[in-house]
Amino acid sequence: MFAYVVKRLISGVLVLTLVSMGIFLLFWFGPSSPAQPICDRETSNRCTQEKLAVYEKTLGYNNPVYEEYGKFVKGVFVGRTLTIASNEYPCAAPCLGVSFRTKQPVKEELVSRIPATFSVAIGGAFLYLLFGIPIGVAAARRRGTVADKALVSSFLFISSIPYYLFALLTWLYLTITFEVPLFSDTGYFAITEYGPFKWFSGLFLAWVALGIFGCTQYTRFTRGAMVEALSEDYIRTAKAKGLPSRTIVYRHGLRAALVPVVTIFGIDFGTLLAGTIFTERIFEIQGIGWWSLEAVQGRDLPVVMATALFSAVVLIISNLLVDVIYSVLDPRVRLS
Amino acid sequence: MTSVPMTQSSAAERDQHEGPFLQVENLKVTFPTQDGPVTAVSGLTYSVEKGKTLGIVGESGSGKSVSSMAVMGLHDAKSAQISGSIRVGGTEVVGLSESHMRGLRGNSMAMIFQDALAALHPFYKIGGQLEEAYLVHHSSASKRDARRKAIEMLDRVGIPQPDRRVDDFPHQFSGGMRQRAMIAMGLINDPSLLIADEPTTALDVTVQAQILDLLQDLQREFNSAVIIITHDLGVIAEMADDVLVMYAGRCVEYGTAKQILTSPEMPYTWGLLSSIPDVTASTDARLIPIPGNPPSLLRPPPGCSFHPRCVHSSKVAGDLCSTELPELLPASSGTAHLKRCHLTDPVGVYRSEVLPEIAPELVEETR
Amino acid sequence: MTQDPNAQAQIEPTELGANAAETGDRQLTDETSDAYGSHEVGVGNLDFATVAEMGHTATQLDPLAPAVLSVDNLKMYFPVKSSGVVRRTIGHVQAVDGISFEVPKGGSLGLVGESGCGKSTTGRLITRLYKPTGGSMMFEGQDLAQLNNKQMKPLRRDVQMIFQDPYTSLNPRHTVGAIVGAPLEVHKIVPKNQVLKRVQELLEVVGLNPEHYNRYPNEFSGGQRQRIGIARALTLNPKVLVADEPVSALDVSIQAQVVNLLQDIQTEFDVSFLFIAHDLAIVRHFCPEIAVMYLGKIVEIGDRETIYGRPHHPYTQALLSAVPDVKQAAIGGRRERIRLEGDVPSPINPPSGCRFRTRCQFAQEICAKVEPPLLQIGQRHKVACHFAGELGAHPATPVTTALLGVDDQGSPVSGAAPTNTQLTIPGYEETWYDLKTRQTTGV
Repeated sequence: MFAYVVKRLISGVLVLTLVSMGIFLLFWFGPSSPAQPICDRETSNRCTQEKLAVYEKTLGYNNPVYEEYGKFVKGVFVGRTLTIASNEYPCAAPCLGVSFRTKQPVKEELVSRIPATFSVAIGGAFLYLLFGIPIGVAAARRRGTVADKALVSSFLFISSIPYYLFALLTWLYLTITFEVPLFSDTGYFAITEYGPFKWFSGLFLAWVALGIFGCTQYTRFTRGAMVEALSEDYIRTAKAKGLPSRTIVYRHGLRAALVPVVTIFGIDFGTLLAGTIFTERIFEIQGIGWWSLEAVQGRDLPVVMATALFSAVVLIISNLLVDVIYSVLDPRVRLS
Repeated sequence: MTSVPMTQSSAAERDQHEGPFLQVENLKVTFPTQDGPVTAVSGLTYSVEKGKTLGIVGESGSGKSVSSMAVMGLHDAKSAQISGSIRVGGTEVVGLSESHMRGLRGNSMAMIFQDALAALHPFYKIGGQLEEAYLVHHSSASKRDARRKAIEMLDRVGIPQPDRRVDDFPHQFSGGMRQRAMIAMGLINDPSLLIADEPTTALDVTVQAQILDLLQDLQREFNSAVIIITHDLGVIAEMADDVLVMYAGRCVEYGTAKQILTSPEMPYTWGLLSSIPDVTASTDARLIPIPGNPPSLLRPPPGCSFHPRCVHSSKVAGDLCSTELPELLPASSGTAHLKRCHLTDPVGVYRSEVLPEIAPELVEETR
Repeated sequence: MTQDPNAQAQIEPTELGANAAETGDRQLTDETSDAYGSHEVGVGNLDFATVAEMGHTATQLDPLAPAVLSVDNLKMYFPVKSSGVVRRTIGHVQAVDGISFEVPKGGSLGLVGESGCGKSTTGRLITRLYKPTGGSMMFEGQDLAQLNNKQMKPLRRDVQMIFQDPYTSLNPRHTVGAIVGAPLEVHKIVPKNQVLKRVQELLEVVGLNPEHYNRYPNEFSGGQRQRIGIARALTLNPKVLVADEPVSALDVSIQAQVVNLLQDIQTEFDVSFLFIAHDLAIVRHFCPEIAVMYLGKIVEIGDRETIYGRPHHPYTQALLSAVPDVKQAAIGGRRERIRLEGDVPSPINPPSGCRFRTRCQFAQEICAKVEPPLLQIGQRHKVACHFAGELGAHPATPVTTALLGVDDQGSPVSGAAPTNTQLTIPGYEETWYDLKTRQTTGV
């Protein structure tokens, strides 16, 4: 197990290296100069060739790409000082660069946005698991009945709505049309600053949107996995032993059905933690998702790079965790 | 656990009860489907005494497993309609409430299944699964008692180092050991009726022999009534006292193993005998298949269900075979031997036509 | 939803004897399209004598048939990797370890043994689904073991495989015509416009309705699917068919239909079979010659009468005694049997010397020290045992000592050189080692 985790972490570092190289190269050989966005911004769209040349020179875009990548990697480990035009910006390790827009080290803003994104993700996931799994189990036990069919088709309907539309409608109805008073002021309010109630009420609608949407999906996953598990031979054995049906369904059926659900959840949750662009944008939560959206729109290259690397790290770790949990849940799986 | 007082009463009943431990009368099992009702078993009557073994033979879809699952009450009440009578140790179980049924299941009757790897839960330790089977019917027992009992049973079925292997998962056992563990689980509550559904089908012959030995030893020790479901007539010959041959949900021949296998009177039984080669048979014996496939239970053929595949129906006058279902009547070799066939002289046909082709060496002997 | 108009006409016997099964099988196909098909199209006009005539007796041995496939010292070791950051090869599963045999032209060799003995691996080696670790497989002057994939391609036509599970070995998204015709297109043997004709011919041969070429596998029953698998294997007119448990997934009555079909095909097309099965009775019926495998080795090989009538290896004897016998019903109770304790040892670390010794009641010191050679002890009989003998007549002292140059405990005797040279040849010699006289004799 330990050796396996080490091996996976090593391959994870390799993936990160490749991802960072890939993004670096994309910028470097992109259609316009990588210095163009910052030049435009600093000169209020009056960027001339001369000015651009200054930016390119100070940002090191005249140097060979491997040299600059080397500097970037070195910055991650020991920190560096970046020069943009005539100004110097110190950037402590682990340095991911300086935002072109705010001139702040990217890492600091990234760290400051993590709590918002994680709050959204954990709350939403908690809600959809809390409802999705039991509803899925209940539907599987009643499969083929009218209730089951109605549930499955209505959930299928909801989950076939594009999520951005669904989230937007949730926001629209609950804050504008009905003006639900407590939760209308959406956004991320740190507990430490605003207290738990404000934190909760600010995030509540985002959780509801994520929770309902995810619940429809997890109900279907769970139902499918449960139907399959309940048709297994060992369920018949459990029944033949004279076990009560609760024990059969939960201890024997659900235990087996959880394995595929956990696998899907691991990947899903990783994506949530890496930032939920629509949720954060619609409910005005200052998380990583929204930030990356802004960075793309503002061509803030260091931030785009940082958010991409952050998603890669989160996904690598969540994948590893899924595999470890998988081996714990299913004794037949041996990690090697 | 609500099952305790009831368990004790059924155990008491079990001891007082006289006559065959299991009596099945006129059993009918129907599954409603979208295309109409499928009658998987109909008009099935048999009984098994303690200490005796009944072998049920038939192909897939013949109803042999369905009928045994009905005895165990394993069919979903919503999807199966069961009528007739099943008396287990004197208790009528058709229509018995689920909670009462649960008290009998795994307690006074147990079932072991074909594929032990699939039938044991892959995520729980062997010991845990045995303990669970014990505890559900012994609510006053402690976890430690259950564990001791589990180890004792594993030891009894011949698993080496049971105190260590009790903590293994099913996939860490070999095929034969898994089937032993399955048997240990079935017998942990000392059932009076054990139903073994194809217990050795997936196993190698030497392992099969070990498991069959074990089943016989245990039957002698526990004096239980045993039903063994199989398609292997060799297993039947060596294990069963009585044999029930099923085709398309009905009993087509019933008798002692000797009657069924040495003087069968129903063409389907002949077909089964002629379509399996034998390790000791003459090499002049022909392998004669039963033509065609088993019929659809959704719309079974009228008359005798076997008539579309029967190569002897021309010996029956008129179109009796395709219009009238033959009664299950006493055969010529004895009153306990029943057969469902219109042939008037089955013994003659078997001796003069079938036997010379499938076992020429036996014809010599009988002459 | 139409009744097949040809159904009645097809009951007429064809030159191939499979028609009884054929009509029956079609019946079920019709049933899927017609509610009452199963009994409207009956076999009622077939009487027992006709059906019996179409059933086959056991295949007979042709002792003069030349070998079509000659396997010599074939080995397959699968590497076992360590867990850990760096995965090293820490051992090998010796799935097949030095086996030699011949498959006669137009004949069949049966390969029996319990799960894990290497019989299926052997089949996969011959069809070159695996590349052997060592040894040779001579087929028409070429060594299949040495050829690369490109060189193998023309020969793959000649060596085909029939698989066990008719439910998973056919692609459910392809029609029967596509499945059976695919090899024709891959090997470009027939012009495209004649593929269908050939496919229909093949379906006819295996007793399926040729009109059903555009149906999908799920519309057929298990027995019919196995027929499709057989048709596919026959498509390229193979010379050798490897049948790996071809009937064990089928119902009893259907098994006999398929075995009869395989016998028909063998006589009709002069195909040689390597017939792999764990069902000793089926193998006995189909194969005049049988090899018994245990833990990657052939322990005994010989003709049917010898292997089933006078087996000399304790494992063969145990295996045969374990088969339940229908005839026992006349006597009642269980047959006398040789009980084998425990399970087959791991092929990663097999026992030294004789691999069966850990479960053998006759094992002595020599068995752990020296591996018994597969010694020819009769005209068509080889056995690998130091104490080879008929049941109840196993010798007290090892029979192999003189040949191997060792004493009764298996220690080398100084000065005594091994004399036997015929230990691993694939076929049989004119002369053999007589167990009674302990001398080499001949016909």
